Amino acid sequence: MRIWDLHCHLSGVAGLTPEERLSSLIRYADRVGIERLCVYMGMKWSQDPSPDDLVKQNDDVLRALEKHRDRAFGFVYLSAKHVERSLSELERCVANGPMVGVKLWVAQRCDDPKIDPIITRAAELKAVIFQHTWFKTTENYPGESTPDDIVALAQRFPQVPIICGHTGGTWELGIRAIREHKNLFADLAGSDPTWGITEMAVRELGADRVIYGSDSGGRSFASQLAKVHGAAIRDADKQKIFCDNLRGLMLPILKAKGIQA
Amino acid sequence: MAQSAALAAAPLIAAETAAGLIDCNVHLGAHPVRLLREIDESFLARREISEAWAASHEALLHRDMAAVNARLVKRCEVSPRLRAVGCVNPRLPAWEDDLKRCVELHGMKAIRLYPNHHDYTLTDTAFLKLLESATKQNLLLQVVAQMEDQRTQSPLMKLPPVDLKPMGTLMKKMPEARVMVLNANAAMITTALLGCTNVWLDIAMIEGVGGVENTLKSWPADKLCFGSHAPFFYWESASLKMQESVLTDEQSNAIRYLNARALL
Repeated sequence: MRIWDLHCHLSGVAGLTPEERLSSLIRYADRVGIERLCVYMGMKWSQDPSPDDLVKQNDDVLRALEKHRDRAFGFVYLSAKHVERSLSELERCVANGPMVGVKLWVAQRCDDPKIDPIITRAAELKAVIFQHTWFKTTENYPGESTPDDIVALAQRFPQVPIICGHTGGTWELGIRAIREHKNLFADLAGSDPTWGITEMAVRELGADRVIYGSDSGGRSFASQLAKVHGAAIRDADKQKIFCDNLRGLMLPILKAKGIQA
Repeated sequence: MAQSAALAAAPLIAAETAAGLIDCNVHLGAHPVRLLREIDESFLARREISEAWAASHEALLHRDMAAVNARLVKRCEVSPRLRAVGCVNPRLPAWEDDLKRCVELHGMKAIRLYPNHHDYTLTDTAFLKLLESATKQNLLLQVVAQMEDQRTQSPLMKLPPVDLKPMGTLMKKMPEARVMVLNANAAMITTALLGCTNVWLDIAMIEGVGGVENTLKSWPADKLCFGSHAPFFYWESASLKMQESVLTDEQSNAIRYLNARALL
């Protein structure tokens, strides 16, 4: 099977520089059969980044990509708290740079329309849009989106594909929340490999809307791959989840940039 | 190049074979909030698991523990690869009788404990008595540190992980005791368990890229065992962790079966 990993960070692995860390990630990815990694942030965590933090995080990824263009794709880290700088980072890293996607994390909930100029421009560039979400039994961070928030965003942009990060973590809830919104995709990454996540996602969303990711290096590739390898679903659906769905979302921007993959 | 890298790693989930694989951490029976797949002979055979130490999900909430343990033994009859691991809740009246039945009636060699579900700590007198009693009978105690990430638990069953910090002092006082902590994560190991010479761990909740290999940088290879936490977790998670980490044959065999075999 071809495996592309939607969700990787420059964290949790050996290396003093971004390129060393990405090299480390790739060494382990090779051991479990992963062909491509989507990489964003992680040299230093910044949940509520300043405009300058965003630039630094994106510089790290650009530097890592230089060495591994054949194995990794970059996503630009943006924040709806800093729309102007986010838009300029989109131009720098995606429109005029090698990155192909957008990462939105926990600084500002995505139901807030302040995020809309970022989504509009990302969609124009055909960038893959990834929004972190969780439904935590404990408590979400103040700016942390839930799948309900991403539904509100998806309703404002019904033609734009958007990835629901972590499927909301508590996936029985996340899958239900996004089910009726066909432009929302489920990212399997970053929660414990609890049995049934992939079966329910395929049953309720269809295999075309489910995407494998790991959230490495904080997570192992292994525990997250297991959600697909171990699922009681058809092999053809596993292939869609492991690679084809993400590749399908990415092909327009890859073609526009002349990237073969 | 990219595709050849993928092909080179193609035999995924392949190599848990040769000399056996002992899974120290599985459960049978109905889970309180999830319908999970049953672990039976075909599940074990297909994955070439030579032995699985199985406790009962019923033990989490039931109070008639003697009946829970009896049903567990019955369930284990579906496969010679299943080894029943009974449960004792030292907060229940006359728990000593449950322990006695586990040993004398069912011939069990290991007991699994759920301090957070059963509402006690490792410093409670009842636990200390149970540890003493189990040690006298040469039983292995499996202490489950957590069953599920707190962030995804049912709001009606919010359970923090077991505080493992007292373990070091306890085990030093009782050097003959043998405890295996199941579902510990890296933070728990670092903050509470390093230096405990008579404590074993399983790999089910050890996370991070190269997690098993990283654990071995500070934890001895003869105290780490293969445990999957199936069927709550996809079994393949533990299997793939062994593939992801760079391990010597000696380390791999120790984790896969040698350490567990020596324990019982």
